Amino acid sequence: MAAPSAALDAVLLHHPVWRGGAPAQAGPPGIPSGFGPLERELPGGGWPAGALTEILCAEEGIGELQLVLPALAALTCAGSRVAWLAPPHLPYAPALAAAGVRLEFLTVIRAPGRRDALWAAEQVLRSGACRALLAWLPRANYTELKRLAVAAEAGRAFTALFRPLRAARESSPAPLRLALEPDGEGIAVRILKRRGAQLAVPLRIPIPRPVDAVGSAFFSAPGARSPVARPCPA
Amino acid sequence: MRGRAPPEGGTLEALAAWACQFTSRVSLEPPQAVLLEVEGSLRLFGSAGQLIGLLRSGLAGIGFEARLATGPTPRAALWLARCDGETLEALPIGAIAPAPETLALLHRIGVGTLGELMRLPRAGLAPRFGQGVLDELDRALGKVPEARSFFTLPERFSAQLELPAPVAQAENLLFAAQRLLRLLEGFLAARQAGVRDFTLSLLHRDAQATRIAIGFAAPRRDAQHGLRLLRERLAGLALVGPAEGLRLQAGEPAPLAGATRGLFRDVRSETEDWQRLLERLQARFGGSLVHGLAPRADHRPERAWRAAGEGGAAVSANPRPLWLLASPRPLEEGGFTLLAGPERIESGWWDGEDAARDYFIARTQGGSLSWIYRTPEGWFLHGLFA
Repeated sequence: MAAPSAALDAVLLHHPVWRGGAPAQAGPPGIPSGFGPLERELPGGGWPAGALTEILCAEEGIGELQLVLPALAALTCAGSRVAWLAPPHLPYAPALAAAGVRLEFLTVIRAPGRRDALWAAEQVLRSGACRALLAWLPRANYTELKRLAVAAEAGRAFTALFRPLRAARESSPAPLRLALEPDGEGIAVRILKRRGAQLAVPLRIPIPRPVDAVGSAFFSAPGARSPVARPCPA
Repeated sequence: MRGRAPPEGGTLEALAAWACQFTSRVSLEPPQAVLLEVEGSLRLFGSAGQLIGLLRSGLAGIGFEARLATGPTPRAALWLARCDGETLEALPIGAIAPAPETLALLHRIGVGTLGELMRLPRAGLAPRFGQGVLDELDRALGKVPEARSFFTLPERFSAQLELPAPVAQAENLLFAAQRLLRLLEGFLAARQAGVRDFTLSLLHRDAQATRIAIGFAAPRRDAQHGLRLLRERLAGLALVGPAEGLRLQAGEPAPLAGATRGLFRDVRSETEDWQRLLERLQARFGGSLVHGLAPRADHRPERAWRAAGEGGAAVSANPRPLWLLASPRPLEEGGFTLLAGPERIESGWWDGEDAARDYFIARTQGGSLSWIYRTPEGWFLHGLFA
């Protein structure tokens, strides 16, 4: 088998043949996520720009925003705009500022209905004026997701769609799907779908959790980390 | 421009919407005319002659035969178009459409053209023929400005046309549908948008209309593309009977994907895009639903942010959650484990909204970190460390 294998190697070397086993490298470079283990596994080495990313959370408040926060801080510090579409709660300005996000580049869009939200998402993505769109469309159906995915491809924004974990059972046109679950002091990220080979094991992403920062003798939190402030590098 | 036959109801509006692609200042002059203020568009289209050429070929494409005339004032252009004249002076007196008795009177005293009317002593005109005639004349000559209300484009496109004879062949229906699609194209050019879907209804005499719905994957504008899809659909359709009319209704206009993009994307073009986007969003949702965020110097969490505006940061040294609940939610005791706290936040006695709360960070059974507080009334969830 030595000779055919050499011939095969030559073909693989000189032709644009992608081999399974590695995440696909094609496509534009991603937006740095700030989490090394995640970047090693994401095609493009970061959050994809110009593609829909689904982030499915087991529960609210497990650190799902923390996962995108370094990217938001970096983008806004570089003067790029970020839109929040139909967030379930109020994005809290003091906490965002403390994480190094420049608030003047954030915009919150509270679309009154589902159709409005989808319309607004398309407007944001097609305008090319935002480098990141965080959207919450918990009840989007496949057709709506498809429209969103097409609009995301027309733009170059990091498009994160947050949905509940039960949506993992439904099929989705998003090229990247992540499922988040609480895992000790961090979160476990399962890559449900990505371009290239699939990843079976969940990634453990340590997320700074503010559990022992209030400095009280009454409640000690073993193994907790202090929150890490990430000011603008500029 | 002026149509030869009196247009049916709604046609003038459809024509005006189509004409909005050439200038934003279009006004209706019922029953038969549409006026376009083109001075500002001449540079864009080259010259008046080129613009008229475009209008003429465009009008032929949508099935209108029209007389076009230009004039320095709207009224002058209207009169010239009505009578196909070269100069105002040479126009027959009927061009200004006076009352029948005024017209008869003018003819009796031997006034046949506008030029002759203008040469009459001005002081005598108003008492004899009414101030109206004088005003009209002054407006046409530009001595008195004319206030015109401009046509505003409707939100969505809808147009109808009656077929001269009942049609049952797909090919003939397509020919008529093409005119409607070109009207739609003009409307969309004026809106600088495309549509995602449209519906063509074939109107029958004694049967329900046949509706043909066409959808696009991404917003489209060009009539030819719509026509191609329509041809495919019509080919496989069994008509209940000949159609006597057609109606075209289009969905919501949507921005075309990457239609006009500069070669180099810079901060300025991004900012312009942003402003246009913001306008569109605020036009649909209102300013209060689209806002920025800014922190505010107040110890009470629900007061420590405000919508939009400029600077003025007061960031607490203690951890704050990324989600704040719009209104704190009552919690059952025992459904959470306290991890850190308390942090006493007491403030607001000066404005009547006292807040004396002990804040804790707690982990819920589902594993999320929450920001909760205790008051004499019990435990409340106020934020989530998302």
